Amino acid sequence: MESNHLQRQIAYTRKSLFDQGFLDEQFIQLEDLEDDANPNFVEEVVTLFYRDSTRLILNIEQALEKSPLDFTKLDNYMHQFKGSSSSIGARKVKIECTQFREYCKAGNAEGCTRTFQQVKKEHAALRKKLEAYFQLVRQAGPAETASHSK
Amino acid sequence: MLVIDMAAELENVKILSTELARKFRPWIVISVDFFEPQYELKRSVFQDMNLDNQERWISQQSGVSDQFPVVSIRVLVVDDDRTCLMILDKMLRICHYKVTKCQQAEVALSMLRENKGGFDIVISDIHMPNMDGFELLKHIGLEMDLPVILMSVDEGQALKSVTHGACDYLTKPIRIESIKKIWQHVVRKRRNELKDLKKLGSVEDGDLHRKPSEVEYASLANEGNSRHSKKRKDEEDEGEERNDTSTLKKPRVVWSAELHQQFVTAVNRLGLDKAVPKKILEFMNVPGLTRENVASHLQKYRLYIRRPSGVSQNQSGLSTPFMDPQEANYGVMASLGRLDLQATYVQGQVLPRSLMTPQAGGFGRLTTNSGIGMPFTDQRNLFSSQILKLRSGEEQQLRNSSNQMNLLQGLPTNMEPKQLSHLHQSVQSFRSLGLQVSHGASDLPSSSMSLRTSSSAHVDSIYENQSSSLRMQMAQSRLKGQILNGITGDHASGLPSVNPVLGKNGTIINGATYIPISQDSEMINFPMAHVLEFPRNGFPLEGTQEVSTLTSTGVFQAGENSEMKGWRGFAPNYDILNEFCQGKPQELELQNVGLTVEMFQNSNSEQGNLDFLPSVLGHQGFTSSEKNGQNKNTSDVCKAVVSLMEGNEHMNAENITQCYNHLLVDNSFRVKDECLPDRSGKTVILAEHFGGDDLMSALFKQVSFSSLPWLQFFLPKLYLWIMIFGG
Repeated sequence: MESNHLQRQIAYTRKSLFDQGFLDEQFIQLEDLEDDANPNFVEEVVTLFYRDSTRLILNIEQALEKSPLDFTKLDNYMHQFKGSSSSIGARKVKIECTQFREYCKAGNAEGCTRTFQQVKKEHAALRKKLEAYFQLVRQAGPAETASHSK
Repeated sequence: MLVIDMAAELENVKILSTELARKFRPWIVISVDFFEPQYELKRSVFQDMNLDNQERWISQQSGVSDQFPVVSIRVLVVDDDRTCLMILDKMLRICHYKVTKCQQAEVALSMLRENKGGFDIVISDIHMPNMDGFELLKHIGLEMDLPVILMSVDEGQALKSVTHGACDYLTKPIRIESIKKIWQHVVRKRRNELKDLKKLGSVEDGDLHRKPSEVEYASLANEGNSRHSKKRKDEEDEGEERNDTSTLKKPRVVWSAELHQQFVTAVNRLGLDKAVPKKILEFMNVPGLTRENVASHLQKYRLYIRRPSGVSQNQSGLSTPFMDPQEANYGVMASLGRLDLQATYVQGQVLPRSLMTPQAGGFGRLTTNSGIGMPFTDQRNLFSSQILKLRSGEEQQLRNSSNQMNLLQGLPTNMEPKQLSHLHQSVQSFRSLGLQVSHGASDLPSSSMSLRTSSSAHVDSIYENQSSSLRMQMAQSRLKGQILNGITGDHASGLPSVNPVLGKNGTIINGATYIPISQDSEMINFPMAHVLEFPRNGFPLEGTQEVSTLTSTGVFQAGENSEMKGWRGFAPNYDILNEFCQGKPQELELQNVGLTVEMFQNSNSEQGNLDFLPSVLGHQGFTSSEKNGQNKNTSDVCKAVVSLMEGNEHMNAENITQCYNHLLVDNSFRVKDECLPDRSGKTVILAEHFGGDDLMSALFKQVSFSSLPWLQFFLPKLYLWIMIFGG
């Protein structure tokens, strides 16, 4: 019962992540990579992502404080950020990254700053959700993780 | 028998495909050898299969299991992003590759240098701090010559990657399907290397009739991978190759910086054009270096320096297909004019090399290569050979993607609609013509069935990239990854038809047949009796087509209906259409290249001034479905055209557009071109629909065939004139 309930909760949480547009198809690709050798692969990747991306966000923030803005540098940072976000399937984050890069290309400082706030927001929101999700998954135990619906 | 057909076709295709592959390092892997069918499969059936099934079938044919084949390929992955690196690493491991990760390009290079022969392929991100992917690619190409796959979040880097020598390009996020197929690059490269070594001695490559031997693959996949065991073997070739490759794996010569410098010195001393491997070898005087090594290095070097960013004589304007079309045209014309005249009249012979030699790199050039005023048949031959290679490889992968056609077809069509009265446009039109050629070279039937692209994901990604960056305006819904002659599809997003060349006496030759269906009422639209839909990505053509006389007779026939004025001019022509539409059951012949010739003709009678006679010679790609129903289809179309013509003495654009829309049925038709030469002296006027070009529409006010007889005489000369002019 307990495990059933948990499983259902996991499934529900996962589904809502997709339905609400936080995650996209790439996340499923990651899930497919999980196997016995790496049963927590997705969580590991996501953890790695957040470690690196946090640092990147700091860099961008610093760059945004300079004046005038170095759009090339900002674009480079964001390029990287977008790459890793898309690799884990962070859909909303990716969308904001794209928007940011548009503003960079246009040289729109105000747009950049504004969008960057969005980036951070989405980045943090997804993090919370994923953390909650992985907590459930861990609770369910290794035997259960393999059984989540794909 | 389909099998027999294909065998012969395959041979030709293979030859050219490898030639192409080698010269241009296309991202399309044309691994013909791998995918020779072991048993018959009706082409039509195959074409109807979706991509997955096709893959499966092919891999089954090649003796591979349905699952991903096991190979011991060692991959070096370079990416500064740890997340991506981790994901890629996992994907590669799952695909049974041996993976080494690396975060910096310099580290990767030193790994490669230290461990020569330790890696089979490199996958690298483009945007990295310090050394970026392109630089890494360059070093690897010069020093170790491994296949390199570049990747990026950006979608637009595909062309650049390939012209710099990458063998493939992936867009992030990377899918595992793409990863599964990277082994093809390794194998292809090995195979080509072996072939290169065969063709030594001369600057130009010699004999192309090599098949990869079993040996090469044994070295690659020793773990009992039976994939290659079923490859078709040519004993003679095998024997030869065994003699040459006595060791399983050729020891790689590492071209260190010094060695390369000696090489470059030698080449410069000899002169790039005169630099033959033998002389270079003598000059370098390096013990242990063989002529083969030099030959293959020379080839890479030549490719390298011919890159857009490198030295390029007349291609400065051709680095991308997106550039100003006029420049491109001009450059193309200038460079091709010389070539074309030699190359064109060789029917039945594909001379891809001669065409391609001055132009290395990207698709844009490849297509423009064939674009200039050549006789249509020859054009077709040439185009088909080149484009065939490009296309056939893609066909299967790109079948249903509307992006596919765009890549090749869109390339030359970036032109602005309003460029008229300019010979350059004629070049453009011929370029687009080239793209429209259905691959029916008489000696190169486009049996693309067994041509595969390297990876559908790759190709898709590339093509998607391309299409996003190119201004694709092809009508697409029906396009199925083949070059279709003439009008493509029924969407309003067609390309402006290419601008006619105004001859002195007002003859216009318009090569473009991208006919969009625009609703512009000013257009004079001619219903085009060639619906270009390939219900299957069929092999439109095969065998020998004798579209020989299209150029002078069929194509430039302005018709003999001297009473035609305005649209009335069409009326008499319908009987022609009817005749050939209905009478010819034979199919599958290559139709002439989709060249629309518009006769800009002087109407002697009522108008008395130069009017444009848009007589379109409808060799536009009629491609019939295999052998059935073509007549029906054709006659349907013809009837539609006929009724259109008949019913409208003074058609205006809207009418025609509407009629035209009706014409676009799902089937493609193939009209035997033999029909056309028969009509010597008669105009086959199939309506052409011009889209998006106000100026042009203004030009095509009248249709008049009153002076047809003289035109018939005149046109070939005009054509020649244009070619010469273009040259």
